[in-house]
Amino acid sequence: MQTEKLLKELTDAVGPSGREDRAAQIILDFFSNGDGRCWISELRRDRLGNIILRKAGQGEHPPRIMLAAHIDEIGLIVTALEDGFIRFSTIGGIDQRVLLGQEVIVHGREDLPGVIGAKPPHLQQADERNKAVKIEDMTIDLGLAPERMAALVRVGDPITIKRSCGTLKNSFYAGKAMDDRAGVVALVECLRRLKDYNHEAEVLVVITVQEELGVRGAFVSSYGLNPDIGLAVDVTHGEMPGLADYEGFKLGQGPVIVTGPPVHPLIFDKLKAAAEAGKVKYQVEAAETPRGTDAYAIQIAQAGVASGLVCIPLRYMHTSVETLALDDLKETGRLLAEFIMQIDRAFLEGLECY
Amino acid sequence: MKDLLRRLTSIPAPSGREEQIRAFIQAELKDYCDELTVDTMGNLIAFKRGGKTKLQFAAHMDEIGVIVTAIDEQGFLRFSNVGGIRPHRLYAQRVRFQNGTMGVIGAEKIDDLKQLTLEKLYIDIGATSAEEAKTKVAVGDIASFDHGYLDLGQRVVAKALDDRVGCAVLIEALKRVTKPQNDLYCTFTVQEEVGLRGAKTAAFGLDPDLGIALDVTATGDTPEAPKLAMKLGQGAAIKVKDVSLITHPQVKELLTTLAEQNGIPHQFEVLPFGGTDAGAIHLTKAGIPAGVISVPCRYLHSPSEMVDLNDVEAAVRLVVATMEHPITL
Amino acid sequence: MLLKELSELNGVSSGETAVRHFIRNRIQGRVDRIQTDRLGNLIARCDQGKKGPLVMLSAHMDEVGLMVVGIDASGLLKIKTIGGIDERVLISKRVFVGPQRIPGVIGAKPIHLQEREERERPVKTTGLFVDIGATDRNDAEKDVKIGDLIAFDVQAGPFGDGLFKGKALDDRAGCAVLMNLMENEYDLPLAYAFTVQEEVGLRGATVAAYGLNPDLALVVETTSAGDVPPLKKHQASTRLGAGPAISFMDRSVIVKPALIERLVAVAEEAGIPYQFRESASGGTEAGVINQTRSGIPVAVISIPCRYIHSPVGILNLDDFAQTIKLIDAFLRNIAQRGLPV
Repeated sequence: MQTEKLLKELTDAVGPSGREDRAAQIILDFFSNGDGRCWISELRRDRLGNIILRKAGQGEHPPRIMLAAHIDEIGLIVTALEDGFIRFSTIGGIDQRVLLGQEVIVHGREDLPGVIGAKPPHLQQADERNKAVKIEDMTIDLGLAPERMAALVRVGDPITIKRSCGTLKNSFYAGKAMDDRAGVVALVECLRRLKDYNHEAEVLVVITVQEELGVRGAFVSSYGLNPDIGLAVDVTHGEMPGLADYEGFKLGQGPVIVTGPPVHPLIFDKLKAAAEAGKVKYQVEAAETPRGTDAYAIQIAQAGVASGLVCIPLRYMHTSVETLALDDLKETGRLLAEFIMQIDRAFLEGLECY
Repeated sequence: MKDLLRRLTSIPAPSGREEQIRAFIQAELKDYCDELTVDTMGNLIAFKRGGKTKLQFAAHMDEIGVIVTAIDEQGFLRFSNVGGIRPHRLYAQRVRFQNGTMGVIGAEKIDDLKQLTLEKLYIDIGATSAEEAKTKVAVGDIASFDHGYLDLGQRVVAKALDDRVGCAVLIEALKRVTKPQNDLYCTFTVQEEVGLRGAKTAAFGLDPDLGIALDVTATGDTPEAPKLAMKLGQGAAIKVKDVSLITHPQVKELLTTLAEQNGIPHQFEVLPFGGTDAGAIHLTKAGIPAGVISVPCRYLHSPSEMVDLNDVEAAVRLVVATMEHPITL
Repeated sequence: MLLKELSELNGVSSGETAVRHFIRNRIQGRVDRIQTDRLGNLIARCDQGKKGPLVMLSAHMDEVGLMVVGIDASGLLKIKTIGGIDERVLISKRVFVGPQRIPGVIGAKPIHLQEREERERPVKTTGLFVDIGATDRNDAEKDVKIGDLIAFDVQAGPFGDGLFKGKALDDRAGCAVLMNLMENEYDLPLAYAFTVQEEVGLRGATVAAYGLNPDLALVVETTSAGDVPPLKKHQASTRLGAGPAISFMDRSVIVKPALIERLVAVAEEAGIPYQFRESASGGTEAGVINQTRSGIPVAVISIPCRYIHSPVGILNLDDFAQTIKLIDAFLRNIAQRGLPV
């Protein structure tokens, strides 16, 4: 399958945190029946639903590299049914200001289209209109009679924003859940490139779940795998009005390699060296906190993992029109493959004396 | 059940000081399980043999409380919170220390309730000097709230129903279970109110196949309450999500099916705040599927928490059904 | 003086290399084995031929500071804070940037050019920058890279009546305590952990404790001394000169009463002054260590320190000495009598 097609199919798929099965199925199909089946040595899912794709390394004790990108997306969840309307809460961090007037799909006993509404502006006091509407004050309207709705929807059913991925000029893609399905596609790209190469390292691609709820999938998968090196592949903010140039990275100028507390200094150096060896254009971001991506969990798994973080620039994060440049995604895959080719036992030894 | 709830809630056991409640539960369960152990953190684990799958239940023994941080020259005690406490709920409350010393909470002069913070409150134990106070209480002592048990018929009111009602459900279920189909590790955990600490280390030691926490949940059935679906008297709540956990789909399915098959009244729960021991359990080691059976409870974290005995009974039946169902995940 | 040398090293969280190398060089030959793990924790063990419970002593090497996140066209460095720093302390300070210790200053708009109400508002880090004297971005990039860490330029040294001032006393003072303890021989296996990234989330201790899996851990820290205006007596938490502070609880841990009783008994028997940390707020590595694996008993002993997390802290040298004595006596007691239950 083409990268573009996979990205579109994957970002259109439903998979809020903790309910990732439908999106995960696309990856499972791709690697058990599709193009990807020859690229890996083993496929499995762990007890919380993380997908683990293993590609064997060489020798008896190859260096073990985990690469993680999360497949879950932010979403909503039914908290109560009220006179034929749905009250809801969030799954993950959602800006309440992006919700009004959105079309949604309520995943009840069947998929039900709905609209998010609130008190009309005409009926609001002047001071109300100057404030953002709170999630507690919004409802979802399914247009169904209360009895019919009660038969189809239960408290706890997940809700996602209805949005289909589209293209803009210059191979820019806009859609929901680019955070972090774009990272997932970059990992598929990486495996595609590695299929023709022999590399010393064993590669453990982990498609993680529940990142948006506190990098939960990464905590348990990195504990279970206990790799030597762990890279998280996620998105970072793209440049846009209102952001300083060091806060927003250029679209189309390549992956962003992160330095700072969540990153082992020698992994950072090696990623830059890999980029230079492969002539991959890259940008550098300094993160002042270890929080915010799967690297947070991977780094402190068991007795510690040498971690790294590579990000794809993305505009309008956590909206339903997240926008990126396809080239950045492909180049991220290429950078990761270059990195893997360069890792050997000697490099591992060095990670403990710096 | 009422008697068990009355006795359980009358024991003071703030987080970190669970010795008395643990001794009570140990005595209560000694004839109803194969093995009783206490781990490093102080969790009590009642083991009952039954089958291949390792099933961990967790109910926390601790309750919120206050800890003495300083004793001033006049013998007033300054304190900090142990667990989530709202200052406005504290004024004029009575507290009881582990050694039986009682006290009442007073406040400095304030003009506006918004200024009421823990720093403005103190405990008065009736001492007339620092010296006298120090004969009864030391810095670092932890007290819990003292409030009587109230029998309102179908509903009961007490302090620390969070989570003595969970303990009562688990104790009762262990007494009732006749044919367990799984290996049962019934853990009565410590330090839940300060961050799910006991459950975390207990789960690490046990590494179960499935974890189920028994706890209380908030309701939306009182005047102008938060918009929550849970109601007192509508049955045991099967948790779908809170801040610490989104229930594993298979676990939610399992509990729902068992409730339906056995005709157990139940409701679904989404709680936009709070967390339970299941949150800690599911992130243990390489991940453990987990869920929660909740008892709806009004006025949480106050000295007058209220539960409905129909819900308690439903929770007991659902726990017993889970214990007696051969689980494969 | 060890405390002065340690204080003047730069080791902002995730950039602890200089501190690690200094300690490693100093303790070489005094312990059985030294190892650095993949996060950069330095673990020194004294366990050859020793029997009994493994005791872990931990002190963190890192300090709060700043990070270069951008360089503007004029060559000024845009910064963000690392760890919990009160942004209001930053203006008008000298700093060192990066491993090459490039000198810089944190400037601000002169008072003459400020509107009256501006002076009432604290300056946010987003409005702050470090000036290294570069003429433009290219010139700055010769010496500075994105991600370089920035530490305060403060000379440490004795101060007032028996006090000591310097930066990063949190927790280089703890590191110094551990290094002093290594001079002694104890009849039980010991692991000294000099940890990284405490200030950004107790990261180093998390993996060190998992790897070591000790039977008991002792965290050696500094803690806020509130014996300064305008705090009332009961708000002080700890006081300089009253000896090491023993914690009963903070937001990360509740210390087992039996462990506190043992520490108090040891101090009283040896005539070592001590105080309780009269506060339940804050958090230390004790929290993550306590919840490691199936649970690890842990205690916290702290040296009271004024103005913690600011460019210059103050501690009492007698408190520092008494802290070493208390832990020394405690370790001998554990070796003799075993762990408290």
